[in-house]
Amino acid sequence: MFHIYCPHCAEYREEEEFHAAGQAHIARPLDPEACSDKEWGEYMFFRKNPRGIHHELWVHAAGCRKFFNMTRDTQSYEIKEVYKIGEKPSVVAE
Amino acid sequence: MTQQNRLQSGGRIDRSKSLTFTYNGKQYKGFQGDTLASAMLANGVNVVSRSFKYSRPRGIVAAGAEEPNAILQLGATEATQVPNVRATQQELFNGLVSQSTNGWPNVDTDVMSVLGKVGGKMMPPGFYYKTFMFPESLWNTYESLIRKAAGMGRSPLENDPDFYDHINQHCDVLIVGAGPAGLAAALTAARSGARVILADEQSEFGGSLLSTTEKLDGKPASEWVSAVTEELRSYDDVMLLPRSTVNGYHDHNFVTIHERCTDHLSDIAPVNQARQRLHKVRAKWVVLATGAHERPLVYSNNDVPGCMVSGAVSTYINRYGVVPGNELVVTTTNDYGYQSALDWHDAGRKVVAVVDTRANPAGERVDAARQRGINVITGSAVIDVQGSKRVSGVSVAPISADGNKVSGSVTKLSTDTVATSGGWSPVIHLSSHTGSRPIWNDEIVGFVPGPTVQKQLTAGGINGSYNTNSVLSEGLEAGLKAVAEVGLNAAEVILPIAEDVKEGAAMTLFHIPHVKPTSQAPKQFVDYQTDVTAAGIELACREGFESIEHVKRYTAMGFGTDQGKLGNINGMAVAAKALNKTIPQTGTTIFRPNYTPITFGAIAGRNCGALFDPKRYSAMQMWHVERGAKFEDVGQWKRPWYFPQAGENMQQSLDRECLAVRDSVGILDASTLGKIDIQGKDAREFLGRIYSNAWAKLAVGKCRYGLMCGEDGMVFDDGVSACLGDNHFLMTTTTGGAARVLEWLELYHQTEWPELEVYFNTVTDHWSTLTISGPNSRKLLAELTDYDLSNDNFSFMDWKQIKVAGVPARVFRISFTGELTFEINVQANYGTHVWEKLFEAGAKYNLTPYGTETMHILRAEKGFIIAGQDTDGSVHPFDLGMGWCVSNKKPFSYVGKRGMNRQDCVRDNRKQMVGLKTKDPKMVIPEGAQAVLDPNEPIPMKMVGHVTSSYWSANLGHSIAMGFIKGGLDKMGETVYYPLVDGTVIEAEICSPIFLDPKGERQNV
Amino acid sequence: MSDLNVMTAAEMAATKAAVMDQVPGPEIQGQSPLHHADLDSLAKVGPKQGGVHLREHKLLGHLTLRLNPENDDQLAAAERVLGVALPLQPLTSVENGSYSVRWMSPDEWLILVPGLEAFDVESKFRDEMGGHYSLVNSSGGSTVLELSGPDVVELLKRCTPIDLHPKLFPVGKVVSTVFAKSSAIIRRTGEQRFELVIRRSFSDYIWLWLQETSREFGLVVKV
Ligand SMILES: [Zn+2]
Repeated sequence: MFHIYCPHCAEYREEEEFHAAGQAHIARPLDPEACSDKEWGEYMFFRKNPRGIHHELWVHAAGCRKFFNMTRDTQSYEIKEVYKIGEKPSVVAE
Repeated sequence: MTQQNRLQSGGRIDRSKSLTFTYNGKQYKGFQGDTLASAMLANGVNVVSRSFKYSRPRGIVAAGAEEPNAILQLGATEATQVPNVRATQQELFNGLVSQSTNGWPNVDTDVMSVLGKVGGKMMPPGFYYKTFMFPESLWNTYESLIRKAAGMGRSPLENDPDFYDHINQHCDVLIVGAGPAGLAAALTAARSGARVILADEQSEFGGSLLSTTEKLDGKPASEWVSAVTEELRSYDDVMLLPRSTVNGYHDHNFVTIHERCTDHLSDIAPVNQARQRLHKVRAKWVVLATGAHERPLVYSNNDVPGCMVSGAVSTYINRYGVVPGNELVVTTTNDYGYQSALDWHDAGRKVVAVVDTRANPAGERVDAARQRGINVITGSAVIDVQGSKRVSGVSVAPISADGNKVSGSVTKLSTDTVATSGGWSPVIHLSSHTGSRPIWNDEIVGFVPGPTVQKQLTAGGINGSYNTNSVLSEGLEAGLKAVAEVGLNAAEVILPIAEDVKEGAAMTLFHIPHVKPTSQAPKQFVDYQTDVTAAGIELACREGFESIEHVKRYTAMGFGTDQGKLGNINGMAVAAKALNKTIPQTGTTIFRPNYTPITFGAIAGRNCGALFDPKRYSAMQMWHVERGAKFEDVGQWKRPWYFPQAGENMQQSLDRECLAVRDSVGILDASTLGKIDIQGKDAREFLGRIYSNAWAKLAVGKCRYGLMCGEDGMVFDDGVSACLGDNHFLMTTTTGGAARVLEWLELYHQTEWPELEVYFNTVTDHWSTLTISGPNSRKLLAELTDYDLSNDNFSFMDWKQIKVAGVPARVFRISFTGELTFEINVQANYGTHVWEKLFEAGAKYNLTPYGTETMHILRAEKGFIIAGQDTDGSVHPFDLGMGWCVSNKKPFSYVGKRGMNRQDCVRDNRKQMVGLKTKDPKMVIPEGAQAVLDPNEPIPMKMVGHVTSSYWSANLGHSIAMGFIKGGLDKMGETVYYPLVDGTVIEAEICSPIFLDPKGERQNV
Repeated sequence: MSDLNVMTAAEMAATKAAVMDQVPGPEIQGQSPLHHADLDSLAKVGPKQGGVHLREHKLLGHLTLRLNPENDDQLAAAERVLGVALPLQPLTSVENGSYSVRWMSPDEWLILVPGLEAFDVESKFRDEMGGHYSLVNSSGGSTVLELSGPDVVELLKRCTPIDLHPKLFPVGKVVSTVFAKSSAIIRRTGEQRFELVIRRSFSDYIWLWLQETSREFGLVVKV
């Protein structure tokens, strides 16, 4: 059970208030029609599965309903930081 | 009954409060303050179980959570049966009823004991491992055999009369264990103003101080314990939890505590009191002050009742006033082992000898024993025990200085009790729950907590500190650190001082040699509960298992309900010796939640019966209940499924409901549909990007059906959205999809298109939706409104804001049945009013309530899909024959467009939605049935599709079905076959899924 | 919008957002989500002593306001309508007489007003406020429970994982959170008094849950 700081509510809440929404920073191609099947497939289906630092998209589903990003260590489960949509992570894998 | 082992005075029991209890049908007496175990020992009960594999009689070994043998069944009635209770932790109460569990039919005369000798061969070590290699189907057979033979306790056959509680807690510092370290930490934190939770599994705080003769500041240790406890109780922000086992340590300092609130009072909890409580704690810092468990030595027949760990003997004497035997032999590798001899002697019973593996023991306790005239035999060990249901004597022999072999002749001593001490194992379980791997410490000969990412501190025995003064100061230090970390100023705490007892060095020894090699010596038990012996571990090593994790799985060591608290380190030592490695080289030892077994009641808490899962109701629920509706689960909603009348079965109800809608008028409670209010000048643009069809030109006052696809092009939800105002839409979703769709819209808005000016809000619960459908629906509605409902004024796919039965309403002329339909939406507080008014006016039209099943049939007659039933995430709009609902003219590449055009989505021969008409009109194809082209093809047959919806249509007089067929849209009129499990084959013709009114005339009148 | 039965499409289009007085005249009594529980009778015949007191504030006007908190014009307009500024600090609330406003999200507030005033307030917003915003009447979708008494915190700890310690959850704080496996908006209105806004469809379940979890304290239903 994670303890997650919501950057919008500005306090820690229990994991059960949140939904994980997959890998963060997957931008929708601006011109999908210009994408080859391979490119579209990359966007649609391929995700990282790192051991260690990972950037994830979460939503405070039972709270403010806002999405935000989280940098998390998938091995230790430490949450290194949370940051709002549009912001860049400050903790990144080496 | 006499309590022959009870002392006249001493201990923390109340001799004025006599309690009666039952063990295996026999009545005994004990005192307030006893555990079940101490009371059994007071009464001279020797055998408490039969062993798992060899069916050997077993007695009480320990005095706490580590007890492997005294695992009893409790309960005076069928409903109050509790398995898996450790007698050493169960407080005695008047009327307690207990049973042994292992052994068949009882522990004293065991039919298995004859087989027991054979049992060793029947189930050699590796039984589990080897059995798993058999075909899986055999495993069930073996498992039931093992369970029957072992008797693991049983669950009650009646409902538990008690209730169990769950509670959420928050604190600055959670302190686990209220021994000297925990109390010092708690006092420091509490005095400094921290929010503190102090939890201890025992009935009273004090831990080791409750059973010691040691003094603090020259006074009995219990005085300090009382003073500290009292001070802690005076702080508002301190929560004291006795009888509370910290059972699990999870990520981010989330900790579960199992509190036994009334287990010590009676068989059934007092009225309105929870029996047990599970605390879910989020702690900023956790201080583990869990102490250590004494390690028994491994010698032959060390499981005969009367063999105990030394500290437990002291605990029974000092805390409970019980001397668990008449004569004592101690076998030890260290000074602490002498303590039980001193206590035993001082209690006035005979100490036969202390047998010390060290050649030259020197320490204050050794001196004290000698001063009392106790026979101290050095450089020797108890290598074997005589007796079956109780120790009758021991074999003592000198051993070599390295402890590896017997170095002299064996002498026999007569005794009924053996106390053993091989040193201490820190209780590191909780620290390893979050994945931290313990590390070996040669100095203390044990594992200590390893590095962790948790905000965790440790103090006292868990660190391998056993001297009371260091334990106290480690507690204080942990308290100070925690206080500083949470940003508080530390208050002053002055610790009491214990007398320092000088100790000689301990010898590192786990496995006592026998005159015979281990494989031929009488059994030397390592793990009592799973009957793992030293010989078994050596065999595992010989068979090539080198990692301790593999050895454990091969032998089942540590797999009992006690998780091998006593045996794991000894087992690792035996394996290390056999493999010629050090203990840390064989691996480490990991424990998982829960620390001790927890009841299902505590896990379930209030989440049972009516509260098992939330049930969602519409505003008209009471009406449905009163009309005898049968309900269907749709997500968490309870929706009326059908409304049977007296004497009707389900199909008869459905037939009647279906005919009523097509002949006159029916009413459906559609309130559960997801409803999302969308406002903003870009609302229309947003809909166009999310739905597959066009929204740019939908006028105010109009409704439109839309399909929602994922980026892969696959349909995931659908519904009608209405244009309420230029900048205002009301979207409807499927009942089950409401929350998911709202989150989907927010996802795209917040992460992809934040520049679009639009807001989404759920209004699902706000509106009651009353759907009247059928040729007479207009006449019915006209009775409740003055508004002109004519087709010219209020056309199909219009919505109007009118009053219905005096209540302001938004009425949508949309249809899911294919009939003339009005969906009346009113604020839910008025839903029942309008519903009832409709029935008052509807009697003359035979207004018939219908449920979800009739709704499903009626829409299937029209070939309308249900997202989630006819779609499964692998079909796009064209597969559904719904290309009309896809716009390729929209400038923006809406969600799903690119996905739909992937190579795989545009290939030939995809499965396509078709109608299916059975050759025998009475046959209804089961949903999920697979289609084949040739029913005589040998198995495996080539499957070309499956049925997604299938019903009996009373209106048409034949069955109808929808389903997928490869290339189905080009196969109209062809025949497919559905072979069923029972051997029958249903023949069906591929047809249009629209079985009724293909031109849509009925809904457009 | 004098007579909604004769409003033309053009009139409706002109409003951009469709506003509607959803409450009929006084001759039709609305039914709150807990109507079937008949709390009024329980208040009469039920226990009078207990550690937790429950009262339903039913049929209030619930309005959800969404706007950009950086738009000063809109903030000023909201203050004109409500007589009090929107709380911009996360998890806070403000009151003005019978109006109360809860921060729900950086761009969302829940406003409670007397039931019959919902349409007036909504109309005032439409008159006063320009630009991009949304206002939704959700009065039928929820109800308000007031829980109070010496054991109220103990009870709430059995329902929600939120930390209710007075230092971290002072009077006026509001959170939207999980509650009894569903959800609730919880606001502290006194040292031992809380207000819950719960969803209609879950209200029966929450009512059952509160009865069960208050067993150790005793539940007193009040009118
Ligand atoms: Zn939030």
